[in-house]
Amino acid sequence: MKRLLCLLLVLLAGSLAADDFDYRLVAQPVARDVYVFIGKTEDFDTINGGNIVNTGFIVGTDGIVVIDSGPSLRYGQQMRRAIARVSDKPVLLVINTHHHPDHFLGNQAFADVPIGALADTRQGIARDGDAFAENLFRMSGNWMKGTEVQVPNRTLSAGKLAVAGRSLRLIALDGHTGADLAVFDEQSGTLFAGDLAFNGRAPTTPHAQVAHWLAALDQLEKLTRESDFSVLVPGHGAVTHDAAPIRQTRDWLNWLTASLREAARAGLDMNEVLARPLPPVYDGLPVGAAEYRRSVGHLFPAFEQDALESGR
Amino acid sequence: MKYPLTIAAIALAALMSPAEAAALKDGGDPLASARWTDMEKTFLAGAPVLFDPRVKVVAPSTAENPMQVPVTVDATALPGIVEVVVFADFNPIVQVLRFFPEEAPAYLGFRVKLQQSSPVRAAVKTSDGVWHVGGTWVNTVGGGCTAPSAAAASPEWQKRLNEVSGRQWSQGPNAGRVRLRIVHPMDTGLVAGTPAFHIEEINFTDTAGRRLMRVQTYEPVSENPVFTLQRGVGGGALEASGRDNNGNLFKARIEQ
Repeated sequence: MKRLLCLLLVLLAGSLAADDFDYRLVAQPVARDVYVFIGKTEDFDTINGGNIVNTGFIVGTDGIVVIDSGPSLRYGQQMRRAIARVSDKPVLLVINTHHHPDHFLGNQAFADVPIGALADTRQGIARDGDAFAENLFRMSGNWMKGTEVQVPNRTLSAGKLAVAGRSLRLIALDGHTGADLAVFDEQSGTLFAGDLAFNGRAPTTPHAQVAHWLAALDQLEKLTRESDFSVLVPGHGAVTHDAAPIRQTRDWLNWLTASLREAARAGLDMNEVLARPLPPVYDGLPVGAAEYRRSVGHLFPAFEQDALESGR
Repeated sequence: MKYPLTIAAIALAALMSPAEAAALKDGGDPLASARWTDMEKTFLAGAPVLFDPRVKVVAPSTAENPMQVPVTVDATALPGIVEVVVFADFNPIVQVLRFFPEEAPAYLGFRVKLQQSSPVRAAVKTSDGVWHVGGTWVNTVGGGCTAPSAAAASPEWQKRLNEVSGRQWSQGPNAGRVRLRIVHPMDTGLVAGTPAFHIEEINFTDTAGRRLMRVQTYEPVSENPVFTLQRGVGGGALEASGRDNNGNLFKARIEQ
């Protein structure tokens, strides 16, 4: 009887922990020889394991370029296996678009490959990487097992990059973070916008300089009007064939900053700003309320300072 | 101790709505904090204590930035207030600030550094000697007290130390409100090599020299502290003056 009970308990425990830590990554083709892995429009948790981000890869004539490596070692490893199911060509370069952890913590799985990023992104990963990883262990739990920071070992800069028989246009921007790299694959017309563009998910702002971000969005939108543009891959949310994610991100940032500026001028305290409801247009926007509250913490003090200093 | 406390509870209940009276508690911490007994000994020793819903402490349940957790204390529903002490049970330095609302309503907004998830409480002493306690839990990932101030990393702040920028609102929904920001690193002394360096006292007076409020601030108050007060409309300019623990003085006039 006792043994049976033990067996039952083991079975129960097994079913509760049915988690196999499989992100179930399936490469989705978005253009010829261009694939993406689309993450959920959620915040990090122990169910999604941090798979809230878009990553992708381009299969060139002599190899593969990977764009962002995901939120964990496990993601990186599974991504690499999923890539191998599409093509047996070697991965020749991994690009990290910026220094946020969901975009580079899979680097470990590509430790044998050059990993490139803008100079400030390399610095940012070296400086903040461990703290970011620690935070993701807290939020995503065991999915993070074994994950360690692998700092990019190659500095990329703006301009054309010939790699894997492909011509990439590297566009060095900033605003979402201190360094945001957008990658345009000239052959397929695919623009990997990184987290400068969010689609159907509220943007995150922990390192945002909004004025710079808006300027970067203008530049990206201009690119989408070029005749060879075809596909836009945002950092989060669905892929599009137009500039909608760019406009959506711009609208959110404009609303957010106007609202915070007005609140500061009206004399609101941070707690009152946090308590404000989102306008109806953002009802139901995934993580809208949560990102608004986070953004108040990040951005309100500067608006407050402006409002108080102009009162002197 | 039990007897006078109950008397106080009954006397208070008579002045309150039934719902509020039901929420009054003279024992058992509603926030169920393991540190409550210590807090009571440290701050409220020897006096009757009531958990009182009229002491409103507003703070986010989850703090995005543990260095800048906004807290608003509103005890304006209580008469005869002598002193308000604000503390966070699980902070390495628990005492955040004290304020003495003399001519101003018992309302103060500010921001604190939290090292870990903790209750943030306000204990309000009324003239009958009773402490009325309100509070709320704030969850945070921590680091607020042992992370260096931004100022510690940059020499720029020295030029602006104790610079006050402030504003009064005489119109609109926030008429009668005063907000001010003081440039100060508010170093806790818990970061190796950086001694405690913080504002200790701020006095708010009107043009006739009447003191509206005195605030004593301690290490956990956030860097470049921001305060929100309600002083009412038509009171003219306001003077904010004070000093830090290194004896640096400041004085600023906030026009209406």
